[in-house]
Amino acid sequence: MKRFFLILILLNFNFIHVFSVEPDVFVQSTVNRASEILAKNISQEEKINKLKVIAKETVDIQGVGFYSLGSTRKNLSEKEKIEYLQLFEDYFLKSFSSRLSEYTNPEIDVLSKKVLSENYTIVNSVLKGTSERPEVKIDWRIYTKNQNNPLIRDLIIEGLSLARTQKEEFASILNSNDNNIESLFKTLKEFSSK
Amino acid sequence: MLKKLSIVLISIFLLTLNANAGSDGELKLEKEPKKVKDCSKSFNRATFAFNQSLDKALIKPLAESYRSLPDPIQKGTHNFVTNLSSLVTIPNNILQGDIKLAIINTARLVVNSTVGILGTIDVANQMGFPKYEREDYGQTLGAWGVGPGCYLVLPVLGPSTLRDTTGSFMNVLGGDPYYNASMHGNNEYLNESFYMATKALEGIDFRSNNIESFDNLEINSIDFYASVKSLYLQDRENKISNIRKGNIEIFYKNEEDWEEIDNN
Repeated sequence: MKRFFLILILLNFNFIHVFSVEPDVFVQSTVNRASEILAKNISQEEKINKLKVIAKETVDIQGVGFYSLGSTRKNLSEKEKIEYLQLFEDYFLKSFSSRLSEYTNPEIDVLSKKVLSENYTIVNSVLKGTSERPEVKIDWRIYTKNQNNPLIRDLIIEGLSLARTQKEEFASILNSNDNNIESLFKTLKEFSSK
Repeated sequence: MLKKLSIVLISIFLLTLNANAGSDGELKLEKEPKKVKDCSKSFNRATFAFNQSLDKALIKPLAESYRSLPDPIQKGTHNFVTNLSSLVTIPNNILQGDIKLAIINTARLVVNSTVGILGTIDVANQMGFPKYEREDYGQTLGAWGVGPGCYLVLPVLGPSTLRDTTGSFMNVLGGDPYYNASMHGNNEYLNESFYMATKALEGIDFRSNNIESFDNLEINSIDFYASVKSLYLQDRENKISNIRKGNIEIFYKNEEDWEEIDNN
């Protein structure tokens, strides 16, 4: 019995070790999965649905959602937070997958990484150029607090942060509507149902 | 006077067109950036809507037609207008104290204008010159510590700031040798029309290279005006700080936001 427990403990240790994922490997694996889907001969809708599954697994949607809300998140009730996170997830998945689905067979090469802190690593990559588009530099901000489950928190395309752009978009909508969160909810609903 | 105004406007337009070029440098962790005020928001939004209509009716169709031209013509045109832009980049390299880069860009200009047949072939690139990065007077003012001032959307020309618009005026106040030669050069080869045509071509070339990315941005934005504003201002910050493409580096702002999210 003791031996059995010992084996279990060792197995557990090994699993932790095996599943500790390096951020650059995580990014390359994520883009490979996405590329595979984009290269498939399936409908646009099917591609979008499959990309949504990848985004759900690899992006810190809740973190990005709260970040995008800026200081307004501090004023939300628990009920509003729950509603917001659901609306944000729908919006984000649609926006993210729709942006990606425009590319057919994109080739992304991971070049390097730089550890910023215990919680963050930047992974540098390039989307290879084609005859129709130039090479595009993409940096990935990876949240590594849980090393077994790294998550994407931002994409910086040619130096332009998507998270920051999104945050400023949300702020603009709130500012134009006396910081009424319902106006943002309405906009997110409209976008998701388009 | 009207012509001069048109030229100023076109110069500003071309300055704003650089919004998507990137940058390389050191990693910086910064505090929250100063917010750029949208002082005339209603006017800016109205102008933005007008510009979008103009783009759909005229500029985008022209860009699409341009794209249907043979690749060597597009490439040659792109190289030609890029080569001309170094006439503004070089004095700005000097004004920002980057003499080495000014020398490199001067050598690039000479090589491309001669061996490269008036700049239509980027020979310097093939010879291994460093990647060319444009500079303008708005960037120089920023590098000297001048703040952006209010955010502006200019008719036809698009996003800008008070500082960048002011910088554009430098082009017609003697800061652009190509403008000076065309307007005051008293020569048989260059004139106002030629100057205007090359500047318009530069705009069409830029637009044709960004048709899909603009479409994608518009479709996936919940507030397109705010997206364009954010991207323009981020790009100008990067350029002024000379954060260039190729190395790691991005600004990370609002770290407090993430810290607070992580701690809750």
